[in-house]
Amino acid sequence: MSGLPPYATTGQRAWYYSFRVICGLIFFFLIAPIMVIIPLSFNAENFFTFTPEMLSLDPAGFSTKHYEDFFTNSDWQHALRNSLKIAPVATLLSVSLGTLAAIGLSQSHVPFRRAIMAILISPMIVPLIISATGMYFFYSNPYIPTPFGKIELPFTLTGTYLGVVLAHAALGIPFVIITVTATLVGFDNSLTRAAANMGAGPITTFFRVQMPLILPGVVSGGLFAFITSFDEVVVVLFVGSAGQKTLPWQMFTGLREQISPTILAVATILISVSIVLLFVVELLRRRSERLRGLSPS
Amino acid sequence: MSDSVIAADGRPLKASLNRALRRQKLRALALIAPLLIFILVSFVMPIADMLFRSVENEIVENTLPRTVTALEGWDSSSDQVPGEEVFEALYTDLAIAVEYKSHTRLGSRLNYEATGISSLFRKSGRRVKKFDTDIYAEVFAAADPAYADPGQWAAWMSDDTVRAQLPVTTSAYDDWAQMIIDTDGDIPAEETPWNFVYTALFQDAAAGASLPIAVDVSTVEPVSLRAEFGDLDDKWLDPEVWQTIKIYSPKFTNGYFLNSVDLMKGPEGVESRPENQQIYIKLFVRTLIMSLSIMGMCVLLGYPIAWLLANLKARTANLLMILVLLPFWTSLLVRTSAWKVLLQQQGVINDTLVWIGIVADDNRLELINNQTGTIIAMTHILLPFMILPLYSVMKTIPPSYLRAAKSLGATDWTAFWRVYFPQSVPGIGAGCILVFILSIGYYITPELVGGTKGVFISNRIAYHISSSLNWGLAAALGTILLAIVMALYWAYDKIVGIDNVKLGG
Repeated sequence: MSGLPPYATTGQRAWYYSFRVICGLIFFFLIAPIMVIIPLSFNAENFFTFTPEMLSLDPAGFSTKHYEDFFTNSDWQHALRNSLKIAPVATLLSVSLGTLAAIGLSQSHVPFRRAIMAILISPMIVPLIISATGMYFFYSNPYIPTPFGKIELPFTLTGTYLGVVLAHAALGIPFVIITVTATLVGFDNSLTRAAANMGAGPITTFFRVQMPLILPGVVSGGLFAFITSFDEVVVVLFVGSAGQKTLPWQMFTGLREQISPTILAVATILISVSIVLLFVVELLRRRSERLRGLSPS
Repeated sequence: MSDSVIAADGRPLKASLNRALRRQKLRALALIAPLLIFILVSFVMPIADMLFRSVENEIVENTLPRTVTALEGWDSSSDQVPGEEVFEALYTDLAIAVEYKSHTRLGSRLNYEATGISSLFRKSGRRVKKFDTDIYAEVFAAADPAYADPGQWAAWMSDDTVRAQLPVTTSAYDDWAQMIIDTDGDIPAEETPWNFVYTALFQDAAAGASLPIAVDVSTVEPVSLRAEFGDLDDKWLDPEVWQTIKIYSPKFTNGYFLNSVDLMKGPEGVESRPENQQIYIKLFVRTLIMSLSIMGMCVLLGYPIAWLLANLKARTANLLMILVLLPFWTSLLVRTSAWKVLLQQQGVINDTLVWIGIVADDNRLELINNQTGTIIAMTHILLPFMILPLYSVMKTIPPSYLRAAKSLGATDWTAFWRVYFPQSVPGIGAGCILVFILSIGYYITPELVGGTKGVFISNRIAYHISSSLNWGLAAALGTILLAIVMALYWAYDKIVGIDNVKLGG
């Protein structure tokens, strides 16, 4: 259906072009709000709209002062540092546990596979506000209830770095599970048997044979987990305290109370980060498909 | 015959295979176990905690144990104020609760059910120590100085025969002793018991118990605690306050759930709330309607895009796919702030419209802080979640079907509607459920662009957790929301299969 056949009627021609226009408008709707942020962030005034100087492309209408504010303001720098402290650790936790479990899940004969899968995916499905509510209640208990009695903890998790990391790791796990199991679907199990046949132990087999093959899936799962934590605000708002204020949290309060143009500068930086991430994930996906012998689409 | 097949190690083959299978299962489970335990502790148990809190109501019984017991004999449907014994129980409970400062928490808890109770408890907490019950201590001390001796009290209270004789005093003294240790770190055997312990002793004596040292109490004019509480605040003589306490005295309550569907517990059973307090049903309906509108908008905008992407040459489609994936990868806060900036009255959209001349400068459109704002911003945010499943289903529909339909004489529309569309329905179903599940629980975007009219049930939950501190109600609202989402999740699993969720195309 690409291209118009030479025998198309006028009506078909009209529809063909108006359909393209409609699609163009929808693409515009998707991308324009994000793109418009970028020039606005170089506004020399503290306005959220294009000033006449900007529209006439007068250099005086542009400045990088909002970026300077971001890099010098201690609130923003503190938030950035917190985000960079929380997200990688949460990612590491979800990737290591998630990859192991995905390997377990992709073996044949796993009892209760469906139920286990449903539980592991649930953090992605349960609305964040509910996860946040539950974690807020539960992490403020100084104990873990088990069927055999309470395990007393010498601390509570609410308002601590550890609490936020645990919560974010839980939220990132479904993404790791989904991407890694998807990669393992095409994994040829005779490779591990061959390795074992040649005398490799299970650990050597895992790191030398299996891991390199599923690495693209693991890394893109990790990127998903990272962006989930890096972009997360509801749970950290409830579970964290001022000491764990992250970048999205700072943006959220900024947007809710008094909106400062520095937010636009931060947004532009985050957009560049997401462009980089998008390309990395795309590359990984293609590499993974090539490794598994599928033709890249 | 099959029994006799032997494996290399000499065991029957069947047993050997079973053992290998079992070992394989165990190994798989061992790999899954760490994560499963992690998810159970860090995610599933918190959710269970929330479910528990939506019915949990131990605070009343924990704070006012004696009053709750005493109220069991009171008929809440009668318009009578409870008798003296309930006020005696309340006096002791309150005197202890004040030291733990738990009476204010109980007051706030009961205030959700009947306004005014919070201030009543605060006021009573300040005044309960100044009741005229100090005469009892004087009476007993005058009768025998041993009654003013802390050591003697401690000795009596460790003597089982005395304890059996004086049940009310024993219970009051034990709680007092514990309280002295907990709040002041003092030793009970070195402190003179407080007035409420003497009041309890007087109650025991008046009931005819034999005291360790006999004291004639018949000449003492008893202090009416009911009158004392009545003087303190005449709300204590209002049966409604007592009905509230009695209704909410069990350890578990369905009160929060009733509240979340605009009902309440009355003395005669469930009744509907006053008109001006009915907000939750309206909010749930609004959440559902707005989620449905967002879902509808996503189908409307997502279908053409998915169709275009699925039918273009792979190179072009991949290039255009970036335009879908970029918003998907962009931070939620970035997209929300973009809309906040664009939709403002002095924002880019209104400026453009004024510049074109569609809208007068003094009559700019109100696009933000209302439902329009929420629907526009959330449609934009959730659109990729519609396009991606639709696209992956449409990729599998062979284009030759459409050509076949046309060569058999179908018009473009018939070919699409009768041949192509039915095959794309699974994609629509998957995308719709995904978008609906995500939108129904959204918090951030409605909070920032929704104003007061465009907020969802999640915003109310957050409000109850952080501002009104009515955690039970927040948990009940969350439980209802969770039930809706879980039903949809189950449907999604049935229709699409949770294993088939794909990310990033």
